[in-house]
Amino acid sequence: MKRPIVELRDIHKNFDGEQALDDLSLDIAEGEFFSLLGPSGCGKTTLLRTIAGFEQPERGTLTLDGKPMEGVQANRRPTNMVFQSYAIFPHLDVARNVGFGLRRSRLSASEKSNAVEEALQMVGLGGFGKRAAHALSGGQRQRVALARALILKPRVLLLDEPMSALDRKLRETMQDELRRLQRQVGITFILVTHDQEEALIMSDRIAVMFDGRIAQVAAPGELYLRPASRRVAQFIGMMSFLPARLRGREIEVDGFGRTDVSERQAPGGLKDGPAEVGIRPEMMSLLSEPPSQGQRAASGRVSEVTYYGDMSYYAVMLDGTDRTVTVSMKNLPGGVTAERGEAVTVSWDPGSLMIF
Amino acid sequence: MLRGYVLTYLVFLYAPIVLLPIFAFNDSTVIAFPLTGFTTRWFEALPATPELVRSVRTSLSIAVSASILATLLGLCAARVNARYAFPGRAAVLGFVMLPLILPEILVAVSLLVVLLTLGVQLNALTVVLGHTLICMPFAIAILNGAFGNLDPAIEEAAIDLGCSRWQAFRMVTLPLIAPGIISSLLIGFTISLDEFIIAFFLTGSDPTLPVYLWAQLRFPARLPIVMALGTLLVALSVILLCGAEWVRRRGMRRSGRRDAGGFFA
Ligand SMILES: Nc1ncnc2c1ncn2[C@@H]1O[C@H](COP(=O)(O)OP(=O)(O)O)[C@@H](O)[C@H]1O
Ligand SMILES: [Mg+2]
Repeated sequence: MKRPIVELRDIHKNFDGEQALDDLSLDIAEGEFFSLLGPSGCGKTTLLRTIAGFEQPERGTLTLDGKPMEGVQANRRPTNMVFQSYAIFPHLDVARNVGFGLRRSRLSASEKSNAVEEALQMVGLGGFGKRAAHALSGGQRQRVALARALILKPRVLLLDEPMSALDRKLRETMQDELRRLQRQVGITFILVTHDQEEALIMSDRIAVMFDGRIAQVAAPGELYLRPASRRVAQFIGMMSFLPARLRGREIEVDGFGRTDVSERQAPGGLKDGPAEVGIRPEMMSLLSEPPSQGQRAASGRVSEVTYYGDMSYYAVMLDGTDRTVTVSMKNLPGGVTAERGEAVTVSWDPGSLMIF
Repeated sequence: MLRGYVLTYLVFLYAPIVLLPIFAFNDSTVIAFPLTGFTTRWFEALPATPELVRSVRTSLSIAVSASILATLLGLCAARVNARYAFPGRAAVLGFVMLPLILPEILVAVSLLVVLLTLGVQLNALTVVLGHTLICMPFAIAILNGAFGNLDPAIEEAAIDLGCSRWQAFRMVTLPLIAPGIISSLLIGFTISLDEFIIAFFLTGSDPTLPVYLWAQLRFPARLPIVMALGTLLVALSVILLCGAEWVRRRGMRRSGRRDAGGFFA
């Protein structure tokens, strides 16, 4: 890992006795696309605003680009922010909005207007300078907010749920563009989002937050395959949980029977006794015929089918248990399908299950 | 039925105001029909009455001071209201708005009692004080609306882009609430200009215009002059109120915001 550009150490922040950030430490590397992911109210915005200088933590230290930020006002920090509401200045046109931060720079008027046009072109709004702020669509507002922040070439760009106001199609376009833009400018981006899919798509690394604490920091693939806790596993993607009992390296799972497991499948370590296993939908499949002898499979009955076009998700109630697992199957021509109420066999890949 | 009611209401409301200019231009000292002829001599007599000119000057300076004071205080109150949640905020706000519904005579008498108890000399300043008090609720209502329309992130965005707190307020917040400020100034000015009860109780040796006019009513011969002055005052009030509303709406449109509040539908 390169030298961290953002270092947070033991940050505490509370609002009227309510702990918003609880002993939080985090390093963010230079040039990363980093996401803060967590449910609403977990403290993502507070953390972002602490980095920007709009919130003062009661305890802990923040270092930006090697410099301690204690006592440094928001307007003197090497960060810029894209606000959730975009906060476009309604009384200024697009060019004045984008050029706002250059007001007091030593550039000449023509250099400034060149910089503004360049920034607008970068976000795909070339020639929009004369537009009135209130004549912009949601997507255009976001682009103006981006250009306005990036024109100052901050060391770190902070983005607070920038896509939450956009409709789905536009959101997907903007996600692509934001990723491309980040690669192009090479600036460290810190994105706040409650949308796990968005975080997985866009980030180099993700910090998952719950209740003002960091639950896990990892690359998207690792986060998905090796969640550090049951709560993280449940928040990222879909996972089915089944009761199990562990003895040494052998685990017995309700419905599926016994199988051997390894240390790396258990983030909390292997401890004899009752446990819970988690498994992703794509690590199981429906079989067209009953299992052969020795094949690891469970029988059950389909209780729900959800169709997604390319995929279908089957909720299967396992025989002899009250547990349901969710299995995903590609909808290929001639592939296996099942109806609601149909008796099916579910096979699984024991190597991919997680033990909590 | 309803239309008849509305019509009667409008006649009772506006008939006196319509009568004002009619008699102001009538060539007779008696205020009665039939009209006897057209004249502008009552208007010409206005500047020739020194006490009247003096009272106009007093009223104008009181109205300017009271509207500025009320707007400045209203600005602070509205900003605090928009930015900070604190226990009892609603109660404090309700308390400031109280003069709006309190009978003016109560405000006047209690202020007089307080001022006399403190041994304060009654003069134009005490009237300014009273008028500031009754203009405040209007200033706060208008400015609350102006601040309420504002995204709190806008000022932070300006700070984020390098402004100090004061610069952010001056460059972003102030232009956006300017229509509200102008509207508040104009409405405060209008309220103070034609306020009678408080001015009557708190004025010292310098009567305000309404107080001076009231005193003139004892001299029937001066009535037409009063009519002429009243005509001018009504015209000025209408112009100021329309101006206030025009500024407010234009500000709304320019920043592309939805119209919310205001005193005219
Ligand atoms: N200005 C504030 N005053 C009081 N409580 C706040 C304030 N800002 C945030 N909080 C509280 O802090 C917690 C974290 O909020 P926030 O950082 O906005 O969460 P997120 O962005 O993850 O949804 C929440 O419980 C919220 O109610
Ligand atoms: Mg938030």
